[in-house]
Amino acid sequence: MKQISRWFQRNLIRIYAVVAFTYLFIPVAYTFAFSFNDSGKSNLVWKGFTFANWQNPCGAPEVCSALGNSIKIGFLATLFSTILGTMIAFALGRHKFKGRSTTNLLIFLPMATPEIVLGASLLSLFLVFKINPGFWPTVIAHVLFCISFVVVTVKARIASLDPRLEQAAMDLYANERETFRRVTLPLVAPGIAAAALLAFSLSFDDFIITNFNSGTMTTFPKFIYTSAARGIPAQANVIGSAMFFLALAIVIIGQFVGRKRKVS
Amino acid sequence: MKKISTPYLLLIPGMGFLFTFFLLPLFNLAQTSTQTAVGGGDTGQYEQTFRFQNYVDAFVENKEQFGRSFLYATIATVLALAIAYPLAYAIAFKGGKLKNLMLVLVVAPFFTSFLLRTIAWKQILGEEGFVVPTLRNLHIISQSTTLTSSAFAVVAGMTYNFLPFMTLPLYASIDRIDPRTLEASGDLYANGFTTFRKVTLPLSMPGVVAGTLLTFIPAAGDYVNAAILGSPQTKMLGNVIESRYFKIVDYPTAAALSFTLMAAILVLVTIYVRKAGTEELV
Amino acid sequence: MSDIAKAARGDLKLSHITKSYGDFTAVNDLSLVIPEGSFFALLGPSGCGKTTTLRMIAGLEEPTQGTISLGATDITDTKPYQRPINTVFQNYALFPHLTIFENIAFGLRRRGIKDVDDAVNKALDLVELPHLAQRKPTQLSGGQQQRIALARAIVNRPALLLLDEPLGALDLKLRRQMQIELKWIQKEVGITFVHVTHDQEEAMTMADTIAVMNEGQIEQMGSPADLYDNPETAFVANFLGQSNLIKGTVAGNDGANQIIDLFGQKISLQKDRSHAVDNSIYAGIRPEKFRISRLETATSGNILTGGKIEDVSYIGVSTQYQVLMPWGQELMVFEQNDDGVAPFSVGEPVNISWEPIFTFGLRGDEDAEAGTEVSPDEDLDEE
Repeated sequence: MKQISRWFQRNLIRIYAVVAFTYLFIPVAYTFAFSFNDSGKSNLVWKGFTFANWQNPCGAPEVCSALGNSIKIGFLATLFSTILGTMIAFALGRHKFKGRSTTNLLIFLPMATPEIVLGASLLSLFLVFKINPGFWPTVIAHVLFCISFVVVTVKARIASLDPRLEQAAMDLYANERETFRRVTLPLVAPGIAAAALLAFSLSFDDFIITNFNSGTMTTFPKFIYTSAARGIPAQANVIGSAMFFLALAIVIIGQFVGRKRKVS
Repeated sequence: MKKISTPYLLLIPGMGFLFTFFLLPLFNLAQTSTQTAVGGGDTGQYEQTFRFQNYVDAFVENKEQFGRSFLYATIATVLALAIAYPLAYAIAFKGGKLKNLMLVLVVAPFFTSFLLRTIAWKQILGEEGFVVPTLRNLHIISQSTTLTSSAFAVVAGMTYNFLPFMTLPLYASIDRIDPRTLEASGDLYANGFTTFRKVTLPLSMPGVVAGTLLTFIPAAGDYVNAAILGSPQTKMLGNVIESRYFKIVDYPTAAALSFTLMAAILVLVTIYVRKAGTEELV
Repeated sequence: MSDIAKAARGDLKLSHITKSYGDFTAVNDLSLVIPEGSFFALLGPSGCGKTTTLRMIAGLEEPTQGTISLGATDITDTKPYQRPINTVFQNYALFPHLTIFENIAFGLRRRGIKDVDDAVNKALDLVELPHLAQRKPTQLSGGQQQRIALARAIVNRPALLLLDEPLGALDLKLRRQMQIELKWIQKEVGITFVHVTHDQEEAMTMADTIAVMNEGQIEQMGSPADLYDNPETAFVANFLGQSNLIKGTVAGNDGANQIIDLFGQKISLQKDRSHAVDNSIYAGIRPEKFRISRLETATSGNILTGGKIEDVSYIGVSTQYQVLMPWGQELMVFEQNDDGVAPFSVGEPVNISWEPIFTFGLRGDEDAEAGTEVSPDEDLDEE
């Protein structure tokens, strides 16, 4: 008995971790399970097991066009925010200039602004300029809230870079441009990749800002929100689960490749 | 060694973007917030009259939702901190070889849409789920008690949804602590609790600050959890702003509320960061 | 311009170099010639300006004032990549994303050399690590990384190789081995080496010429033996090894010698070993130059009487004594344990003697403690 209680004490924190992870994953597991529900229209109650939803993920109306929009917006928002954010991160991380603290503030503010304010203010601007909400306004809105996260992520990577590596490159006959291309960029690349992944997942999962600026266009989160009232088709669960496994696979493969590159 | 213009060339596109699509809209929103309806005009037609009374009206009319937003966000933040701290600690100090895998697992739920997960909670805890009937049969809750459509559900939903935002910065700063400092504390006659209070917690403060901000700010402006898991009695400020915009088309009130929310958050954040004593967050 | 700079060869000449950061002057009007083909060491404590000097030679810092030239070419305003100068960085700065082979080939490729295999393999052979070509830097031990950093620099056949505390991160045994190896490699390739270190033993083991730096200036420059046997300042006397400095006055002349009065006892000092400017003087003697004798034993040379053994430390090859003199100063004496004489014991009255040629004289207005407060093994990143 004493032994059991001592084991329990020693492993308390590990047991806690298991419980916490279980808590994190209950809804994911639920979503996955109900992607196999032979549900018909409303996916509220368990009616029986079927592969049909997985075989026909676009079976529900609109779900795949919403997904397509989300992927397109996510891709563009990631591209633009990564480029703009990385440039700012390099300016902040590698250069001295006037207006540095103003720049830092302007990077911090969008993160400190609630999404609903970002979305609402951007929509007012579009309305003033008679721009109809839709695809491109949504892309712009997503770039806006992704940019700061990209800057912070890439800047952290640049800050952790030993400046002597760049000095060594210059010492070894690489001029500024070559130093950047051969040493700085390859070493910062993992940070940029992480930032891009973060930007994509933020964009893909965003609802609030999208809801304000997308007009009649549907994205995947918007599709779920609007169909929540009348029941979400099981196909949405299929797509949500598939995205989960896909992203997990990308991250794990990325880590594996990273480790392999370090070892070999 | 460096050309003077290089940093500015790097900054101009991004800063230009933020200026056009962040500062300009905020400025425009500020303008909208003092407008009034055009007499005899269509719905949604407003003119600038510099009516600052809009702010007072908007606040008085929605002070309940205001209070709720900050109350719920605060409770959710504290709960998330309480849940995430031991988890981050476990990953940083007991993770071993599984450290990276555990970090991936913290982020992984992100990839299933948060709306799907929130709705999953609604169904798990709803009338058709198995939790409520089980608890009723065990007489833990009364026959009439529901778990969804309640303040409890809204706060729980927010806590759950923002947990990874809390865990990651906490992990980052706990992971940086040299475990030898904890041993040294033990060596110098501090018990486990004192070590935590005097060494671990102060050293992880940057993570606590970053995590609470990343949780509190979106939580205070959130309306999705309240919309899915709540009832009309749990409406938050976000819900009001949303409906003013889309259903009532009352732009000035929505703008005034947005500004008040943002200002309140900025004030709270500033006080908090000053008190917590963390210099640079970005 | 860059081609001319790249082709420059010859002695390295620093003329009136000053480097200031705001109010702080790291290097103060420093002039120096480093002859082609020599092994030169810049020695000094942390913060003395030696690393700043090295970085200015490499082109990583711009001097506030002064010029740097290599042979007949002024290289002051050229970029690091335009100088035929390579550096072995502190902590090596190997590129973590490139293989060892590509690390070594880096400089050759940047200079537009297509066929690098031969040169890289030769460099790997020189540092005796040809089997590591395809590894990544993180898989190497500290000693191996150190050699690769050396190979990466040497493969370019620079006019000048700069070494910034290159052995600082290695353990003592490996450091001694690398010191011998570096010296051998320098002879083998014939490149001018400029070595920055705070470790006096390291500088003395390897360099032909040492410049001792303190507070942004050169205190003294010369061969290791010159510096040790005939230091010109208290800082050099204390920073290179240990010294006993005894306050005195010049009491007269005796041919090529000065007679020095040390608290009433007379000793002699060769005039050319005296750096005093007036009658006030410090007489300096290295601890191992002293001999201790019991009162009844006859002694010759310079003699100081009235000592008393205060402390005895037996350390194998020698025994170290602290001897309290009548004027209250404790002198340090190292005796080789090679004579079979029983060691002295605490409290015993003794005399101290030494050969007059070992005495050196320093200005009497110097700080006798200068250079002692810095432990030579202190491993600090400076500047």
